[in-house]
Amino acid sequence: MRARVHVTLKPGVLDPQGKAIAHALEALGFDGVADVRQGKYIEIDLKDGPGSDGSAGGAEARVSEMCEKLLANTVIENYRVEIEA
Amino acid sequence: MKSAIVVFPGTNREQDMAEALEMASGRPPAMVWHRDSALPEADLIVVPGGFSYGDYLRAGAMAAHSPVLRSVAEAAQRGVAVLGVCNGFQILVEAGLLPGALLSNASLKFVCRDIGLSVANGGTMFAACYEAGQVLRMPVAHHDGNYFADTDTLDRLEDEDRIAFRYAPLDGEGADRFNPNGSVRDIAGIYNGSGNVLGMMPHPENAIRADQGSTDGRGLFAGLAAALG
Repeated sequence: MRARVHVTLKPGVLDPQGKAIAHALEALGFDGVADVRQGKYIEIDLKDGPGSDGSAGGAEARVSEMCEKLLANTVIENYRVEIEA
Repeated sequence: MKSAIVVFPGTNREQDMAEALEMASGRPPAMVWHRDSALPEADLIVVPGGFSYGDYLRAGAMAAHSPVLRSVAEAAQRGVAVLGVCNGFQILVEAGLLPGALLSNASLKFVCRDIGLSVANGGTMFAACYEAGQVLRMPVAHHDGNYFADTDTLDRLEDEDRIAFRYAPLDGEGADRFNPNGSVRDIAGIYNGSGNVLGMMPHPENAIRADQGSTDGRGLFAGLAAALG
């Protein structure tokens, strides 16, 4: 099973990289960019066996715990987990 | 004062910190490798600067979950003094020993220069040699020093007198330049609720000799040595 994790900055947290990207897009002539927020995308291949009950729900719970403990800093970041069978 | 310095792969200021601690206390600190889960008996534990684990994922995130950090957290809980400088501050924040987070500098540039540092709370063992409001000169050297916390947390830190240091203008420095990284409310260092854990971005250990351009960092270590014997 594969988990796809999106980690994004919470609204209101300054994102200087997103701002720099927005400026670069503008400089390239792309009009109409109101704002850019940059995040992280992480793919995790999950093993069957101990720690897994084989269900997508169980995998999602496990990966959410990984996000809470390490993958996201929940002071500044939100995360979203998708499980691909 | 017996002190210990925690060293991770990628830590690079541990020798500077050792020099500052030995100068203040007359004893060389114990160096503790990240794989050691047991800490030597110490009155002060220091998490120094550098780029632990290459700053992978987020600055300090990997080190915050290493076995030695669990021991540091336990020691902090018992009331042992803990000082985190630069990457050490990032690690303590990631480990939840201090509130908030350290984001990329607002300029997106690595900043390495002397800054002014105003003592916000002079009544602690870390700041016993300083007066509140005194402006110290120390270097910063970081890419991710932009302190952030939500408004409630910031208000609580201020109400509880837990802001240790704020960025402040050095002589002749413009109002638009003294904050080197965009930190909210100009925060450069904070205490935990019990006052025994200090995290700060500037490097007091690199302001201890005249040839470094400032000796203002000495007071921090002298204050600790006086308080911790």
